[in-house]
Amino acid sequence: MMRGMSPVIEVRGLTKRFDATLAVAGIDFAVPEGVTAALLGGNGAGKTTTLAMLLGLLLPTAGEIRVLGEDMLRHRYRVLPRLNFSSPYVDLPHRLTVRQNLTIYGHLYGIARLGERIEALAQDLQIRSFLDTATGKLSAGQKTRVALAKALLNEPELLLLDEPTASLDPDTADWVRGYLEAYRARHGATILLASHNMGEVERLASQVMMMRQGRIVDRGSPGELIERYGRDTLEEVFLDIARSGERLAAQ
Amino acid sequence: MSATQHASFSPGRVGAMLLRYLYLMRSSWPRTLELLYWPVVQMVMWGFTSQFLMTNSSYLARAGGVLLAGVLLWDVMFRGQLGVSVSFLEELWSRNLGHLFVSPLRPYEWIIALLSMSLVRVVIGVVPAAVLAIPFYHYSIFTLGLPLLAFFSLLLVMGWALGLMIGALLLRHGLGAESLAWLAAFLLAPPSAVYYPVATLPHWLQYVAWALPTAHVFEGMRAVMLEGVFRLDHFLAALALDALYLAFGGVIFLVAFRSARHRGALLQMGE
Repeated sequence: MMRGMSPVIEVRGLTKRFDATLAVAGIDFAVPEGVTAALLGGNGAGKTTTLAMLLGLLLPTAGEIRVLGEDMLRHRYRVLPRLNFSSPYVDLPHRLTVRQNLTIYGHLYGIARLGERIEALAQDLQIRSFLDTATGKLSAGQKTRVALAKALLNEPELLLLDEPTASLDPDTADWVRGYLEAYRARHGATILLASHNMGEVERLASQVMMMRQGRIVDRGSPGELIERYGRDTLEEVFLDIARSGERLAAQ
Repeated sequence: MSATQHASFSPGRVGAMLLRYLYLMRSSWPRTLELLYWPVVQMVMWGFTSQFLMTNSSYLARAGGVLLAGVLLWDVMFRGQLGVSVSFLEELWSRNLGHLFVSPLRPYEWIIALLSMSLVRVVIGVVPAAVLAIPFYHYSIFTLGLPLLAFFSLLLVMGWALGLMIGALLLRHGLGAESLAWLAAFLLAPPSAVYYPVATLPHWLQYVAWALPTAHVFEGMRAVMLEGVFRLDHFLAALALDALYLAFGGVIFLVAFRSARHRGALLQMGE
């Protein structure tokens, strides 16, 4: 398929129910090529569940997912080599060195000239000094950079990130955001991130989907949302939406 | 994009997983030592027991190595199962399933890597014990010749089948079922008739025994050692039962994997 002809992610009626709990309630959205979009919401809003379904790690109860032009539920193995993912909640094996972890994932993705690729990423992400250190011995910031290196090994067209800067100090978090912006610009990649960090979303995303209780309750660019709610920051918009949800629940 | 990325089976991806388990083994010498430790201790203990019993038992006097051969071959089954289960557990302990199954790795490629690693662990664990038995007790299991290869393979495959069944339980119940990985094989030991003929078992338990490939293997082993006969009937029965158990193990593992994708367990599973 030619690039740019259809959205990179297209979701229709996506639903996930865990027994009595409706985690994602029939959401629809599309993410065009080359943009950074964000799923924004509080804890339990359904962001991570949505990402997991997009990745094929979780099977939906209902709905359709098309990623990079393919039906993700039927042909996920056509798509997986073209995307990647990073989450602070999914570790790389701690006892292996960074180089060993990257080597294994490089082989899983069938990367040609893997040694050169690892060296280039090590240079880019400033991880060369601890390439031969056990991953479990790294600081949170170092682990995040290593996870990012793993996520970029196959130069993905689509990058799915779950809270990419969670538990990072402001300096490291800023560096990671800058790197992601540069990667997207350089490769024309599409990024979808799930976050409840307003500053991060405001800086990175041109398209925001506000989630609450498994539903997308509003969407737009950060500027549009701020204007629509008559607020000064996305954080205030977020609080408006979260509290209106609490009021609705109380009623 | 390379063609191997789309291939429905890639030896490269199997090799990558095998490399992962070899790196893990290499990263901790106590773990490698642990592979050798128990088979050697068992061999030493049963070697002395055999030496004592040989002077007091006409049964053992006919073939002094029968207990030692039983010990070493049982360890092939046990280590084969443990080899699958421990490699599987490594993924749960390191909370790595989410990354693995976002990559192009297929579940059946992972299974092949688990089985291959199990073979490596069995060879590392059992072969040194078998070799040490030669100077210690003047007994070489290698004198069994070609039947040894058949017994080894049949027991290893049963170990794999059991390992896959335990893997399915771990996928369903998480690390709460971890103790099964260490204990399940022992449940099969009594009806497998490792150290005594199946006829010794109560009548009802003999039906259970004959439904296990392990009992056929050990009965076959005794036939070779005591009567000098390779029992084709036991070999074929063990082969058929192995195929059945391995197919069952593979199917329930894949079913449990799919169920884990329904429940979101691939992202959550871990310590």
